[in-house]
Amino acid sequence: METLWFCLLAWMLATYVVLDGFDFGVGILHLFVAKTEAERRQVIRSIGPVWDGNEVWLIAAGGTMFFAFPKLLAVAFSGFYLALMMVLWLLMIRALGIEARHYLTDPLWARFWDVAFAAASVLLGVCLGAALGNIVRGVPFKEDGTFFEPLWTDFRVGQETGILDWYTVLVAMTAVLALAHHGALWLKARTDEAVEERAGRLAGRLWPLVVMLSIATTIATVVVQPNVRESLAARPWGVVFVGVAVTGLIGAHVLRQRGRDFPAFLASGAYLYGMVALAAVGIYPYVLPGRDPALGLTVHAAATSKTGLVLGVYWWIPGILLACGYTAYVYWTMPAKLSLRDAANH
Amino acid sequence: MEALTIHRFQFAFTVTYHYIFPQLTMGLALLIFILKTMALRGDRVANHAVRFWAKIFGLTFVMGVITGIPMEFQFGTNWSRFAEAAGGVIGHTLAMEGVFAFFLESSFLYLLLFGEDRLGQRGHWVAALLVFVGTWLSGFFIVCTNAWMQHPVGYEIAHDGIIRLASLSALFTNPWAVPQYLHVMVGTTITASFVMAAIGAFYLLRGEHVPTARRFLSVAVVVGLIASVLAAFPTGDMQSKLVYKHQPVTFAAMEGHFHTEDGAGLVLIGQPNMAEMRLDNPIILPRMLSFLTHQRWEARIVGLSDYDRSLWPDNIELLYYAYHVMAGLGTIFIGIMSLSALFLWRGTLHERRWLLWILMLALPFPFIANTAGWMTAELGRQPWLIHGLMRTADGHSINVSGGNALFTLIGFMGMYVILSALYFFIATRIIAQGPE
Repeated sequence: METLWFCLLAWMLATYVVLDGFDFGVGILHLFVAKTEAERRQVIRSIGPVWDGNEVWLIAAGGTMFFAFPKLLAVAFSGFYLALMMVLWLLMIRALGIEARHYLTDPLWARFWDVAFAAASVLLGVCLGAALGNIVRGVPFKEDGTFFEPLWTDFRVGQETGILDWYTVLVAMTAVLALAHHGALWLKARTDEAVEERAGRLAGRLWPLVVMLSIATTIATVVVQPNVRESLAARPWGVVFVGVAVTGLIGAHVLRQRGRDFPAFLASGAYLYGMVALAAVGIYPYVLPGRDPALGLTVHAAATSKTGLVLGVYWWIPGILLACGYTAYVYWTMPAKLSLRDAANH
Repeated sequence: MEALTIHRFQFAFTVTYHYIFPQLTMGLALLIFILKTMALRGDRVANHAVRFWAKIFGLTFVMGVITGIPMEFQFGTNWSRFAEAAGGVIGHTLAMEGVFAFFLESSFLYLLLFGEDRLGQRGHWVAALLVFVGTWLSGFFIVCTNAWMQHPVGYEIAHDGIIRLASLSALFTNPWAVPQYLHVMVGTTITASFVMAAIGAFYLLRGEHVPTARRFLSVAVVVGLIASVLAAFPTGDMQSKLVYKHQPVTFAAMEGHFHTEDGAGLVLIGQPNMAEMRLDNPIILPRMLSFLTHQRWEARIVGLSDYDRSLWPDNIELLYYAYHVMAGLGTIFIGIMSLSALFLWRGTLHERRWLLWILMLALPFPFIANTAGWMTAELGRQPWLIHGLMRTADGHSINVSGGNALFTLIGFMGMYVILSALYFFIATRIIAQGPE
């Protein structure tokens, strides 16, 4: 039962990364793909109907973590205190940027919010990547089962590590570029004219970088966290996710070159799913490994009582199916392409 | 500075600020649904009103979301010992809010805002209905969470001190939950009604958008009167009887009732003097408190001095004022709305400029009343985090130092200044553009 919830939680977080990931990516590229006022509107409106729904996946994943793994929420959220608070502020700035863009027509302030939106998106990509990096690398647990990580110490992966060290910075860079690539594919599929063309070109340039960094990150992970090798040895079926990630990444490139834009975007989503799933398989049976392996927080230690987990299944499964239904409905009612002309006429 | 104080202050500050927005959106969702139903029956002016209020709703909703995410996060970041102990129970209601309410709201809000052409009138009405259902469900799950902290039920305590869920349905049938939910939702309806009436009055006083403004007023005054009355009776009355039954110390403190008395009076005004254990400059309705709680003029009400000091709420003065501000404003709301309803019924409300001025200037007060109401609930729960089970002093994260907490508290304050400025600016622009 604990393992089931571990899988469901990992699935929710991965879904969050795939969905909010493309609108982060759109934000990261915003200043590069859209040059005129109309193009900027076009870019923002391509994510307008869905970005807040995408963020709900984060809230829902947080809630799920809260009832299924209360100890994980308590230990991890307080331990990553500063980084999480900054994530909250960045989410606010991003949302303000999107809202302000919708209502403010003054060019000076539009410019300001464009930059704020882009900068917040980049930093959120960094935070997501660093978070994943920290979870995989393990955190400096103390004897009492808590930890508190400063933002950085000496950038070495030692016992007294901070949230940023060379490994998590590497993961963060990978994340920013992978999300930018993901966002470029979204824009390529969902816009037209100059933005579509620029997004396509950017996706082409970003792809080799994503490939290189993914390989580098994978090698670094095996060095930094020996548990990953043991986990994969114990559960060899986990290699399936390597296949998913690799196929997704190659597929995104090939499909884009053949002009099949939306499938290319989906392939990039599969790559992100594969990477997050690999991380989840890699850290199991821990939900939060320690730098000292003996102190790590395991799935069993973090989970709530059996009763709570079983009761959760009864409402959570129907609830999340409904949620998937709404999400699908919104994407289905969105226009397939957001044309520049529509954006200009707004 | 002590870390606990900063953690408490940060939660109080962020939740108080957050609740400015949901209290407007929850009430507004009901009013928009009513207007859309009128529009579906052929009222074209009501449809203008729907489009206008949907814009305000959309903006306010986003503010509610971005200030709401920190609330969920702070259980883990700042109150980790509480989260670890109680997450197995209240994690359910919080997660349900995300899964059942937020997905519904965020999906159909987009269709309410931009989908009218594509969905047609009937479809648009469904979108308004689902946004209303979503926001009110969201309120229900949050109130169930708070009700559990006020009056825990359906749990068992494991040997390691962790509180476990024994029954999920107990969380929803908690005797505290339904009265509190009704009282809270009626409060949000008052806020939205006063806001709608204030904007309507503003347009009428300026002689702009007159037909739509009159529609704002008629809907807002009728709904506002019903809600103001319901806030006092039966929901407020039920709520205060619950406090009397389950949190008698809190009851004595919030009423300013210091000493045990047969036939206790109801305090209207007065300043609590904790050193002397009495009220300064009191105005009291004799025997009224006994009558309201027991329906007997001579009934005995135990005073604060007969309870152990370790059970006293830690800020009795503020608790007392919060409660009296809420109750006082609530009474004034009934007065304003009754008067407005009288003139509305006579068909002359739009000509009574003095009353339109009052309605316009009343805009901030329901926000104050709702906030004061929540302050009563939360200060009244002290010194407990979970009433009778866990003290507030045992709930915060010990691994987050005071310095780190103060850093983020200052950060939130700065961030919310920006948020307020932008919200105010955009909202005034929408109001200046008008409904047509």
